[in-house]
Amino acid sequence: MSQSTNYNFPDDNGRFGKYGGKFVPETLITPLQELENMYNELNEDPQFHDELNKLNKEYSGRPTPLTFAEGLTNYFNRGKIYLKREDLCHTGAHKINNALGQILLAKKLGKTRIIAETGAGQHGVAVATVCAKFGLKCFIYMGEVDIERQSLNVFRMKLLGAEVIPVSSGSKTLKDATNEAIRDWVTNVKDTHYIIGSVVGPHPYPMIVRNFQSVIGIEVKEQIQKAEGRLPDYIVACVGGGSNAIGIFFPFINSGVKLIGVEAGGYGINTSKHCATLTLGREGIFQGMKTYLLQNDEGQVSEVHSISAGLDYPGVGPEHSFFKDEIIADYFSVTDDEAIRATELLSQKEGIIPALESAHAIAYLDYLMPETTKEEIIIVNVSGRGDKDLNTIKNSLGY
Amino acid sequence: MSIIADYISQKSKTNEKALSVFLTAGFPNKDSFVDLAIKILDSGADMLEIGFPFSDPLADGPVIQHSSQIAIENGINLKETFNLVRKIREGTEKPLIMMGYANPVLSYGMNKFANDAKSAGVNGVIIPDVPIEEYDNFFNGHFVGLDTILLITPTTSNDRIKAIDEKSSGFLYCVSVSGTTGAQQKGKSASLDFIKRTNLIAKKNNTLVGFGISNENDARAFAPYCQGIIVGSAVIKSLMNDDKSYSNTLKLIAALKKGLSS
Repeated sequence: MSQSTNYNFPDDNGRFGKYGGKFVPETLITPLQELENMYNELNEDPQFHDELNKLNKEYSGRPTPLTFAEGLTNYFNRGKIYLKREDLCHTGAHKINNALGQILLAKKLGKTRIIAETGAGQHGVAVATVCAKFGLKCFIYMGEVDIERQSLNVFRMKLLGAEVIPVSSGSKTLKDATNEAIRDWVTNVKDTHYIIGSVVGPHPYPMIVRNFQSVIGIEVKEQIQKAEGRLPDYIVACVGGGSNAIGIFFPFINSGVKLIGVEAGGYGINTSKHCATLTLGREGIFQGMKTYLLQNDEGQVSEVHSISAGLDYPGVGPEHSFFKDEIIADYFSVTDDEAIRATELLSQKEGIIPALESAHAIAYLDYLMPETTKEEIIIVNVSGRGDKDLNTIKNSLGY
Repeated sequence: MSIIADYISQKSKTNEKALSVFLTAGFPNKDSFVDLAIKILDSGADMLEIGFPFSDPLADGPVIQHSSQIAIENGINLKETFNLVRKIREGTEKPLIMMGYANPVLSYGMNKFANDAKSAGVNGVIIPDVPIEEYDNFFNGHFVGLDTILLITPTTSNDRIKAIDEKSSGFLYCVSVSGTTGAQQKGKSASLDFIKRTNLIAKKNNTLVGFGISNENDARAFAPYCQGIIVGSAVIKSLMNDDKSYSNTLKLIAALKKGLSS
């Protein structure tokens, strides 16, 4: 694992500073320990890495390109912009990186049933895909609101042979789908592996998902060296739970590269309808982890909003909370409207239709680029493609 | 000394088993909740576990999720829960326990929670999403004078049972099935094997068995292997459909108690 020097988190207790940990019902402690033991064993096993690398290359299509964004660069007329093309992964987003790694883990653990939560449906599709390939039963929990706004992905999951279980509790979005997946796991712990889709939940998940996703950053490091002979000045990625951001940030910790996470500002962070957890949240305990959390004065989790189902989440990965406090990365937010405009911009300047999640990272360029000089290099992670969002985008743009 | 442990041990001396009943604070109705609680104690409950609601109750099945949601809608928060407990305490000497998730407690403030709990007459707390791995860091000495009751489940190894028994005070909450609250018993023999295994290992605490116990027969089946039982979802479910006198629920409590003593 490529890891920067002087950075050795999580610690033995699964903590990133004061964040992270294992705040779960007792039933889950034993399977989490089994998962951690198996992961640590496989992580030391070159054969496991060979197998995963081969899948990444031959099944998923890695390495994904680092594309010089000439049109976008000319548009801002400042620093040079490169795009990391996770939208070109098999299934259309970075989520497959983690799904492939975890399905190998599940097989080694002897599990026969896979469950997962999904928001935008990209993780659900990735899990349904690897379950089809490896012949495991697959059940995807998805909030009813998300089933409505990401109907194409629901159909893809069904076509891949997965069962999509609608979740009608709470805000009927990603948070509630995650609650239901955890409840399923508590109940069916013997034969079931839970493939969490982001760097969230109890230890060891944030670590495992980060490590599987850090293939993104490892490739970027090599690709930018080849293209420019040096590291970039900025790396920009969207943050919901934060897996694509951690994946691209991780190999660049303490390397002098400015790491910028962009959260979903929804209708605006002066309203109550946003997902700017790191910007406006405070320390809480939620879904197995201690992390920044959007919550009311009484510690009840807030009902949040983003136009992007994948970012529509009141918590955030505990490592991002640590990055924020330690100023390893900086976090900002952009609104729904800004993300929609960025979708249009990238489509028309580069011929790339980004997922609404990734569009948040693009949208932040409006703020960042005026600060840059022509010599500087900016890399944006295009974590997924926008096909799944066409209905939402069409409704917003009205043409 | 633990008031809860003493109370259960006193009962054990006369071969009596404890019946602990879970109620969600302010459910089904905030104004009549204290009256309901006292009636349940009078109908045979030996202890009450008063649940304070959380928006995302991970360890709970649909029934207690629903009651939590109603409680939040009824304006129940920790402050209101302490007020209700204080009034129940005026009417009973029996042990009172508060149960709920870590985040509302953290948000309220650890010291403030402990002080307000003690002054309201609470004897112990159960926080199901704080396992022993997080115990020291979370409680951090703030809860002196309150029992912290820990849970074990069928997936808990023998070594862990021992470690959890060491840390737990009041009693050991033995979750009889892997699942959320309200889970169905798939086969009592597996649950009983687990409880027997626990009894061989857990030396410090009394064991109370919960999850999947819903009627007199269940109570009778588990009674010989523990010092008491905990009933939650079955009571909440009964309250959902009951009339204003709660007559069916009070009958259920009496039946459960009867199951324990026969």
